[in-house]
Amino acid sequence: MKYIDEFRDGELARGLANAIAEVADPARDYRLMEFCGGHTHAISRYGLLDLLPANVRMIHGPGCPVCVLPIGRIDSAIALATEHDVILCTYADTMRVPASEGLSLLKAKAQGADIRMVYSADDALRIAQDNPQREVVFFAIGFETTTPPTAAIVLQAARLELAKFSVFCNHVLTPAAMVHIMESERDPAAVKIDGFVGPAHVSTVIGSAPYEAFVARYGRPVVIAGFEPLDVIQSILMLVQQINAGRAEVENEFTRAVTREGNRKAQAICAQVFEMRDSFDWRGLGEVPHSALKIRAEYARFDAELRYGIAYRQVPDHKACECAAILRGHKRPADCKVFGTVCTPDHPIGACMVSSEGACAAHYTYGRFRETR
Amino acid sequence: MTTYTRPIDFKRGRVDMSHGSGGRAMAQLIDELFVRHFANDLLAEQGDGACFALPTGAGRMVMATDSHVVSPLFFPGGDIGALAVHGTVNDVAMMGARPLYLSASFILEEGYPLADLLRIVKSMAQAAREVGVAIVTGDTKVVEAGKGDGVFITTTGIGLVPQGVALNAGRIAVGDRILVSGMLGDHGVAIMSHRENLTFETTIQSDTAALHGLVATMLDAVPDLHVLRDPTRGGLATVLNEFAKASGHGMLIHEKAIPVRSEVAAACELLGLDPLYVANEGKLVAFCAGQDAETLLDVMRAHPLGRDAAIIGEVIADEHAFVQMRTAFGGRRMVDWLNGEQLPRIC
Repeated sequence: MKYIDEFRDGELARGLANAIAEVADPARDYRLMEFCGGHTHAISRYGLLDLLPANVRMIHGPGCPVCVLPIGRIDSAIALATEHDVILCTYADTMRVPASEGLSLLKAKAQGADIRMVYSADDALRIAQDNPQREVVFFAIGFETTTPPTAAIVLQAARLELAKFSVFCNHVLTPAAMVHIMESERDPAAVKIDGFVGPAHVSTVIGSAPYEAFVARYGRPVVIAGFEPLDVIQSILMLVQQINAGRAEVENEFTRAVTREGNRKAQAICAQVFEMRDSFDWRGLGEVPHSALKIRAEYARFDAELRYGIAYRQVPDHKACECAAILRGHKRPADCKVFGTVCTPDHPIGACMVSSEGACAAHYTYGRFRETR
Repeated sequence: MTTYTRPIDFKRGRVDMSHGSGGRAMAQLIDELFVRHFANDLLAEQGDGACFALPTGAGRMVMATDSHVVSPLFFPGGDIGALAVHGTVNDVAMMGARPLYLSASFILEEGYPLADLLRIVKSMAQAAREVGVAIVTGDTKVVEAGKGDGVFITTTGIGLVPQGVALNAGRIAVGDRILVSGMLGDHGVAIMSHRENLTFETTIQSDTAALHGLVATMLDAVPDLHVLRDPTRGGLATVLNEFAKASGHGMLIHEKAIPVRSEVAAACELLGLDPLYVANEGKLVAFCAGQDAETLLDVMRAHPLGRDAAIIGEVIADEHAFVQMRTAFGGRRMVDWLNGEQLPRIC
């Protein structure tokens, strides 16, 4: 595959791994957080840890959109489909996330709720056009990557004057979550993070500039990296070099897709449709101020929260589940008592075990052989 | 007085409830469609079953069954008819047997166009002719519109196992080599490319094919073959995990050695799928002793259905019976059981 295989090349990987081993100071540890689930997945899927020296440790971050969605939000989505009889359109990853009362969207669907998996926001709009007599809701989740497509369908729905289409908006913001991670370093359980592998696809939209304030404030380097394994290993080398030199800068490894300014057009339509929420409840992180978006008053008729009077209810996670500590990087998946025993991808207890980008699912699926050594 | 019976209108007609009622309409459908196209003496007798003798000293037999519910019914490279023959013939062949006879049971949905049913039956008849098996008995049921998906076909096959052949997972031993007969993932991707909510342009064709000929060649060259399986639903990864579990041994495969067409790899990349889990309908996975591997590979590559065969890994001692892969990137990872359906990733 052209433009893909080049970024999965084993020879180049070995070269970079040797370079990391050469520059990494054996007298210290390097604790690097890959923010995105996409990076977590790449690290596990390509066995990247085998190429790193033991003192370069990767800590999984909260950048898995499905994982950070709290139970209460899933409950609301299920209620839309079961109590309001809407066609609920959702990304497939969300289907299996455990909700209250042993339910999930998948189980609600099996019980007769009209829940449809879509590949893109656009598909939801098409379902609305094809079913003009039905109420259709798009369950919008994700970081800045999936936000512009949601904005685009709201604008399109306005143009088409669709009367029965709305969006249940749960879009969240990356920089706010990174700030939250740094602020929670005061927690005695926290692991001090020396640097961040910065988001790939998110940064194509927001650009690299938003991380500059973060770096200036917290003095930790951020290297934006693509989702291919060579991108990740290259960015690890760049982080180790910055740390060794005592630098804390925003560097961009993913120059083939990310600019400083980002995608202006995408930013513009997001700004047109959405505005900042005062606060949003994240699974694992709790209430994080200014960390999520809601639909502007101008497009209120497309806001499912207003249309169906959705009142958010906070629901605590399963008692034995360590997702919260894992999402903050304070614990590793294998530190959780239920990991691999009662919590598996077939029967997930916590959200980190659901999406292939979740830290627990990635470790269980690709890496659990390491635990038995 | 001979009464005139109007022939079935295979151009414009549709399946109706009477075709499954046991009356004259059903008898006519059996005569004009199944008996006519499957054309063999045992079926023509139209008994409640087919009655036949086995060759003397036949030894052990294999019986296998498979239901076919593919959607869409017609796909690039094949259709449900050919698939229904190949699927069961392959299950018989994976036991090392030479397939002899098939049964075919049809569940038809009311309203299904007879022209399409005819196409399916003709394709099935042709596949059976090519394989050299006869479809000797069958059944037809019709369900009301909305209660089926056009056509479901269940086929059952029987075959004879040659003397000295004993294929089973219990024979897998540490040091065994793992071979595949060709490019993986073609069928699954060809099908997915034609699902209505997911159309994308591709030239990938289903690999649906009957593998009994390839198996016979392999057994001729390496009679001590340990086990075979066709990686259909769940793909290669599922077969390896099934065998790891059954044998209690680990497996180590090498990503670089696994044959996958670049178009299939690209489609999987786009859809967030892993070709190791995608279905095949004309491929097999073989386990043999290390010293037989090269011989086996050579005869497989000399067969038209094994041209792209490859040795992809080996059986290793591992009390956890994990399937691991050395990635092309240079690391190691597990290749785990599939969890639910393969779902696309969102970003």
